[in-house]
Amino acid sequence: MDAWSRFRRNRLALIGLALVLVLAASAVLAPWVAPYDPARQSLIEKRARPGGKYVLGADEFGRDILSRVIYGSRVALLVGLLSAAIAVLGGLLLGTIAGFTGGWVDAVMMRGIEILLAFPYLLLALAIVAALGPGALNTTIAVGIWGVPAVTRIVRGSVLTLRETEYVGAARALGAPALALLARHILPNIVPGLIVYATLFMANAILLEAALSFLGLGVQPPTASWGLMVSTGRDVLLVAPHVATVPGLAIMVAVLAFNLVGDGLRDALDPRLRGSA
Amino acid sequence: MLTFILRRLLLAVPVLLGVVFVVMLTIDLLPGDAVTLMLGEHATKDAVAKLRDHLGLDKPFVVRYLDYVGRVARGDLGRSIQQNRPVAAELADAWPATLELTVAALILATGVGIAAGVASAVWPNSFFDALARLGSLFGLSMPIFWTGLVLIVVFSLWLNWLPVGGAGSLAHLVLPAVTLALPSVAMVSRMTRSAVLDVLREDYVRTARAKGVGEVWVLGRHTLRNAFIPILTLLGLQSGQLMGGAVLTETVFAWPGLGRLMVKAIFARDYVLLQGAVLVFALAFVVINLLVDLSYGLLDPRVGRQG
Repeated sequence: MDAWSRFRRNRLALIGLALVLVLAASAVLAPWVAPYDPARQSLIEKRARPGGKYVLGADEFGRDILSRVIYGSRVALLVGLLSAAIAVLGGLLLGTIAGFTGGWVDAVMMRGIEILLAFPYLLLALAIVAALGPGALNTTIAVGIWGVPAVTRIVRGSVLTLRETEYVGAARALGAPALALLARHILPNIVPGLIVYATLFMANAILLEAALSFLGLGVQPPTASWGLMVSTGRDVLLVAPHVATVPGLAIMVAVLAFNLVGDGLRDALDPRLRGSA
Repeated sequence: MLTFILRRLLLAVPVLLGVVFVVMLTIDLLPGDAVTLMLGEHATKDAVAKLRDHLGLDKPFVVRYLDYVGRVARGDLGRSIQQNRPVAAELADAWPATLELTVAALILATGVGIAAGVASAVWPNSFFDALARLGSLFGLSMPIFWTGLVLIVVFSLWLNWLPVGGAGSLAHLVLPAVTLALPSVAMVSRMTRSAVLDVLREDYVRTARAKGVGEVWVLGRHTLRNAFIPILTLLGLQSGQLMGGAVLTETVFAWPGLGRLMVKAIFARDYVLLQGAVLVFALAFVVINLLVDLSYGLLDPRVGRQG
């Protein structure tokens, strides 16, 4: 049975996939599906309750929360995708170096990676953002760097295994450069694992971006970022709880969607791992 | 056993040195002049020069790094730029609150997570199992700062049972601890479920059942004891995530701990204080994982003999 038909039989994964498609559509089609301009202020309607003119209510400046949630999906997905790309590319580079070089270079790199993997990720991201300064781009970099160690370990592991196989040994003996080995023999073997990791990473990247933005160290106003929306809503939590709680719901749905798809892909691409935590 | 502890303690030293190095290096890479950023555009030349000298910014990075490590080794973490108090004193004021919060969350995560995981594994595919697995899926997907705000709305605003924020009494601790614990409860229950299921498939469990050992005894004596090792490893790693989560939880609930101090330090660009806070977190993380490693020996006699 191929991977897709295995994936298709997983009901939770399909729900996740549907949610991801909705998110992607709302990000791409934001200007057409959002009922209002996300930046349009209407101070007399500030903190409007959900229902009525504004389906999900209005925030402190009378901006439509639904429109801002829809535009917020752009930030979440873009930061998620770009940081996943940083993580995968960085991890490929470092993992290949460690795997092919071996010896003390490998040993030192892997000890460093173990430390980074074990270190609380939010503290790591905070340290990076504290150094780079806030902003969408720096947030993406911080989130991406956080993903590098795990990818490095996946890549290094398979480089080490595959390096010992006869066909890679033969290719090396024929003088194939490391880059060609990587592209032709090693990459195809790790792509499924990387896809699974990248999908689950997207979930955590969205969470981390939201957390950094919530603390005021991520995406800056007036951009519509879900974490930032929760943070500004917090100031009026006791008089208008919907301003903070509605955008948080969007974060949860997005994270849940990528977690479900990632779990489904893992089960579908590697049936041996089925059911493991 | 003693050599094992000593060796692990020695291994912790390069970890801490590495953490300090990375933090100082990232701060060093800061675009623009850190001192001008700290003092603002209109600082006098004299003030800038004084702060540069105080921070030793004129010296090369390696010298400053070794300087800092040397001073830390003697217990001197420098003076915070904003409050002009010893960093050690500021950290000493803040860390008990964070310890209280994370320990409470860890107890909750362990207790609820293991109970739910064991119940799920003992009655797999039951209604409870489905509910617990769905719950853990949500637990892992909810942003912790949002969970906190929702709990405030429900329990402080609507029900008026618990205070909105601050610290001081057990009632103040409930909401922050639950908030911080939720993602870990989800992780622990997932891990417990799969670990217990794995052990229940072992031959020795079948043997125990075959010779008529009661279910409770099979579970307590044969299963949990063996399932505990992966769970314990996870708890060590979770304690790290709890420290990260504490930064968010403390911000939401105005909890006067290290996390809030760290965020304040970042906003104030108080890098001396920031370095100190990160160092304390790293130290706590190293110590917790050392304790986890040591407890393997208590749970699994094989570890001690090899170690």
